[in-house]
Amino acid sequence: MSLLELKNVSKIYGNLHALDHVSLKVEKGEWLAIMGPSGSGKSTMMNIIGALDKATEGEILLDGEDISKKNARALTDIRRDKIGLIFQQFHLVSYLTAVENVMLAQYYHSIPDEKEALEALDRVGLANRAKHYPSQLSGGEQQRVCVARALINYPEIILADEPTGNLDEANEEIVVELFRRLHMEGTTLVVVTHNPEVAEVAQRTIVLRNGRVDHETVNENFTGKIKHITLQ
Amino acid sequence: MKKRRMYFRMITASLLRRRSRMVIALLAISIGAMILSGLVTIYIDVPRQMGAQFRSYGANMIVTSDGDTITTKQADAVREIVPQDKLVGMATYRYETVRVNDRPVMAAAADMEQVQKTSPFWLVDGAWPAAESEIMIGKNVAELYNLKPGKRMTCTFAPETETEAEGNETEEVVLDNWIDFTVTGILDTGGKEEDYVYMLPSDMEKLTGEPTEYDICELSVSAGSEELKAVAEQITNEVDGVSARLVKRVTESEDTVLSKLQSLVLLVTIVVLALTMICVATTMTAVVAERRKEIGLRKALGASNQSIISEFMGEGIVLGACGGLLGGLLGFLFAQAVSRNVFNSSITLMPWLVPVTILASVAVTGAACLIPIKSATQVDPALVLKGE
Repeated sequence: MSLLELKNVSKIYGNLHALDHVSLKVEKGEWLAIMGPSGSGKSTMMNIIGALDKATEGEILLDGEDISKKNARALTDIRRDKIGLIFQQFHLVSYLTAVENVMLAQYYHSIPDEKEALEALDRVGLANRAKHYPSQLSGGEQQRVCVARALINYPEIILADEPTGNLDEANEEIVVELFRRLHMEGTTLVVVTHNPEVAEVAQRTIVLRNGRVDHETVNENFTGKIKHITLQ
Repeated sequence: MKKRRMYFRMITASLLRRRSRMVIALLAISIGAMILSGLVTIYIDVPRQMGAQFRSYGANMIVTSDGDTITTKQADAVREIVPQDKLVGMATYRYETVRVNDRPVMAAAADMEQVQKTSPFWLVDGAWPAAESEIMIGKNVAELYNLKPGKRMTCTFAPETETEAEGNETEEVVLDNWIDFTVTGILDTGGKEEDYVYMLPSDMEKLTGEPTEYDICELSVSAGSEELKAVAEQITNEVDGVSARLVKRVTESEDTVLSKLQSLVLLVTIVVLALTMICVATTMTAVVAERRKEIGLRKALGASNQSIISEFMGEGIVLGACGGLLGGLLGFLFAQAVSRNVFNSSITLMPWLVPVTILASVAVTGAACLIPIKSATQVDPALVLKGE
């Protein structure tokens, strides 16, 4: 059974079909990249997979459970329990420190645990920046805090929407390397990106165009091999 | 870490690390709470303050005898019934007609110290009589006899007439008593008191040759009309041979002025509360608008609407409590300043008003937060996190 399966999913705004009968399967532990030009439906798909929005038509099965007919409260529970989100704009709470931002996800999920949150920051190489506020961190560091926040509750799937969109090349490489590590640890990753270099490190890439899956490529050279990048 | 600890950590971080916005909200709440606390203090203290002011308009209760006179024993019983902390003064008067230059003049004998308390509005040119053979005369009497302070004035009294029968003829014998008084002061009230002369009870006893008994007893009591009515009723019921009644002219004026003043204070309090609520609601609306992305993020991370409500309401309650505490303390200073400037007296500190002000501030802030918080729960994370 696939971890995530979209069956004929459509999202219609008036006359606009943002997603048009899209079907897709993501296996557990898979690393999928979603590409496509602006307006192709990438973000709409991310919002629907991430339980932030509801499809107009079709079924979305997450871990065997159809989430397409769930109400807002049930979708909130699914986001909290099963999904880790990473955004292009980082979206850290400005008045909380890095470790507090990670603990925020724990707070809504279960019990905040500062030690565990510090360990998560350590995994992304930010243990020494735990008490810093977002304004005191670089863009790359902020995105790494987001990664730590996304993985702190051990979600079924991590969804990243343009995670390197606001990063320079060096930080982009660091974040991609983090994804590689997460993948090696068995985390399922769905990454929306404009950047072919980010997409080509994934196992599989689908390209959306006008709300439909235009084509799909499998990275035959995918090794998942971790590079040695210093995160500090 | 317990969830509750993280909750307070988030709330305090939000309030302390976003000071500029929160200081405005805190100021609004503090000023509102200060005026609320101050006005409530004044509202409660106004009857006492105004009561003291009204006492300058004269006695507000009259006790008369059901028979001829009020005895000293009855007067003492009346004094005991009136709450001592509210009794401003109690003046007992005995009236007799004396003669000055063979013309009748109404004389009143009273304890002058008490008269000064019950009738503080009396203007005296000179001094009040303080010793025997001293007399204070009304302005009209002074003009009639061309008297000034320091002049002498002789009062005579014909206490009774006796008829002696000698054969078939009846002869009337007048037994005159007289005292040569020194005029100490001229009384100017603008009323009937200017036709009277005032002496000490001991002089009246000498003139009349009778022990002191009183015709009327005037009381000045600092109390509301309901309490006054109760005291008057108690005097009438418990002291045999006397009746007490209120001076309606005074008590009704007091009631009217007090109720209008209290209504005004109440109205201002309501307006201040409404303004505070509007100010806090506006600030919180701005706070919610500023934090739409944060709210969207929290929802994306799995925050329920209840969590969003409890977090924003928590901030509102902490703000309300801090503003209430600050305002409650400042309110006393505010009320003190108003009292000193308007009533020339200090206000009584009411410590219970501080927790009441805190509770009121929390309630007002909570109510003011309802609409902004409702809008916070309606934030769509998918939209705001995309920057729309």
